[in-house]
Amino acid sequence: MDIPTITQQLFNALTLGAIYALIALGYTMVYGIIELINFAHGDVFMVGAFVAMWMMTIPLGLTGAVNDPVQIALILIPVLLVTMVVMGIVGILIERFAYRPLRSAPRLAPLITAVGVSFILQNIIQAIFGPSPRNVPQVISFTNRFDVLGAHISYLSVLILGLTIFLIIALQLFIGRTSLGRAMRSTAQDREAAALMGVDINRTIAATFFIGSALAGTAGLVHGLYYGSIIFNLGFFAGLKAFTAAVLGGIGNTTGAALGGFLIGFVEVGAAALGYSRWSEALIFAVLVIVLVFRPAGLLGQQVGERA
Amino acid sequence: MSGSSRPASRSRQIIPPRISAFFSAHRSISIVVGMALATTLLPLVVLLPPFSTFSRQAVWIDGFSIAGVFVLLALGLNVVVGLAGLLDLGYAAFYAIGAYSYAYGASPFSGLHVPFWPMLLVGAFSAATFGLLLGAPTLRLRGDYLAIVTLGFGEIVPIVFLNADTYTNGTNGIGGVFKPELLGYTFPLIEPLPFYVTMAVIVTVTMIFLYRLQDSRLGRAWMAIREDELAANSNGINTVTTKLLAFALGASTAGLAGVFTAAKLTLVSPDQFLFTVSFTVLAMVVLGGMGNIWGVAVGAFVLYTIQSVLLKQLNQFFTETQVPILKDIDFVQYQFLLYGLALVLMMLIRPEGLFPSRRRRQELHEAEFELAGDGDEAAEAPEAVQ
Repeated sequence: MDIPTITQQLFNALTLGAIYALIALGYTMVYGIIELINFAHGDVFMVGAFVAMWMMTIPLGLTGAVNDPVQIALILIPVLLVTMVVMGIVGILIERFAYRPLRSAPRLAPLITAVGVSFILQNIIQAIFGPSPRNVPQVISFTNRFDVLGAHISYLSVLILGLTIFLIIALQLFIGRTSLGRAMRSTAQDREAAALMGVDINRTIAATFFIGSALAGTAGLVHGLYYGSIIFNLGFFAGLKAFTAAVLGGIGNTTGAALGGFLIGFVEVGAAALGYSRWSEALIFAVLVIVLVFRPAGLLGQQVGERA
Repeated sequence: MSGSSRPASRSRQIIPPRISAFFSAHRSISIVVGMALATTLLPLVVLLPPFSTFSRQAVWIDGFSIAGVFVLLALGLNVVVGLAGLLDLGYAAFYAIGAYSYAYGASPFSGLHVPFWPMLLVGAFSAATFGLLLGAPTLRLRGDYLAIVTLGFGEIVPIVFLNADTYTNGTNGIGGVFKPELLGYTFPLIEPLPFYVTMAVIVTVTMIFLYRLQDSRLGRAWMAIREDELAANSNGINTVTTKLLAFALGASTAGLAGVFTAAKLTLVSPDQFLFTVSFTVLAMVVLGGMGNIWGVAVGAFVLYTIQSVLLKQLNQFFTETQVPILKDIDFVQYQFLLYGLALVLMMLIRPEGLFPSRRRRQELHEAEFELAGDGDEAAEAPEAVQ
């Protein structure tokens, strides 16, 4: 392989990894705070992609590329914000109705409702938008690009990467520096003690779901822009890969989730570049099993015991 | 477990106490009698209206033998989810492994022709082997990792069968799988009765086996782990081995179902074993009542019959009668939405399922029982409620 190809693939991997990182953050935050694998999270990402697609096609009436950068910003910023808020609310509703009533039930119960919610979301989207793939307007054209070391880098990839890094840093600051962030950390450590110290547990968990789902919604928007086509069962494999990313990075650890997302992006693009794209799912699954066998705590995580 | 120690529920009192006492003391006989009754009555019931208007008797019997496959799958998954409390979301993978085992053992594709009956065991055994291989690394970890690993496995197995086309014939699958033979009699393609009876026998034997197992030392160890893994471990149960056995046993039941399906349909292809199968079986187990063998079997049978017959009938009915809005809804398409809703609502409202096992209900309503009385009284509470 020559240098331009390698540079090109490197950038593809970073862009794809950014999308996985955004989804993985939601998995890891929810797991960190209530120790639940939110199976519906991949589908929240998918719903986010459809919400963004709907906004761009129906109210805004977009069909293809827009060339004026100011106009692009005027379109994408509101679409992004609305998608984040809508998906955040969806996340809160899911938590409120499917998980909160089962918080003290045996572990199996919320896992089963999570699977149920995943199917409900998929089927609602299938009922509204149909079972075949839908086109997303390519607002930022791939012809808008610059060359680095002979590789074509589109501004869209740069935007996706920049947005992801911005959100990851913002999230770290939020968790580390604000009072709600502190409430989240304390709830994750010891829910009862946090409640005794005056933390509103329900509000904190709802906020966690809001943020995680808003990030998944962002991932949905950029996924649609990048690939140009979305389908109702998109969330299944994306969710599985993002979960692998979260486990690889160390579940419960937000930096780890971001790191894991990028690593999974490299694995997938690497497999495709070597001509094994048909096997990328199997490969990532193998990564998941290998991590669980040899380093279940992940790259940056701590060992967590079984909940008593 | 003796019949006298359990409180007779209201439904039981219809049956004279002596007979009910006999059947609760002789479980295996009651299973044989129950299954024999069901197997004889079902083909007769469908001759009566309204069932006879839906389709011919032969079509019904054909459907029942496939319903039996789902009963078998649900019984197997019940061991994993209901008895041992482990969430297996990739159960269809073991079903696929069983089916492909038979396709390799008896089809023109491989050139072999091993008889059906030993292949039942081979299929069960190979599915169990994969269950052990998958379970060994993951069952040491926290329970919910198992859910995601099995989810991944369930998705990867069809992909492997699809992509490794040199060995599996890819998306076309393996066709022309040989029919079972018994004493020189080959099962016919059109007449569904031999398959139906075979299925009934397999289900009966499996149910007897599982009932015996549930009350054995191993079965009690599973329930102990489900209720409190730490306590079970402290009481000398090897939790990893015990969970692994549940996992392998559940897988082997799916393997049986797979061999039967391959022989019945004479074709195996990757798209028969997608996640929707795992999901459907999970819904059957949850709706029927996790941990209750009869409940799960009945739940699976009823649910399969509803999804394969009733939903189509509803479509036809509303189209013919031209009911507005309803006539445009394709109920078959929405079956998974209904399953999803059913799973969530069941867990929220009635987590023990429609036909609960008493022990499981106690566990799932633990919080309420603890509120009703403190300490030791909590254990007495369910008796008092009834």
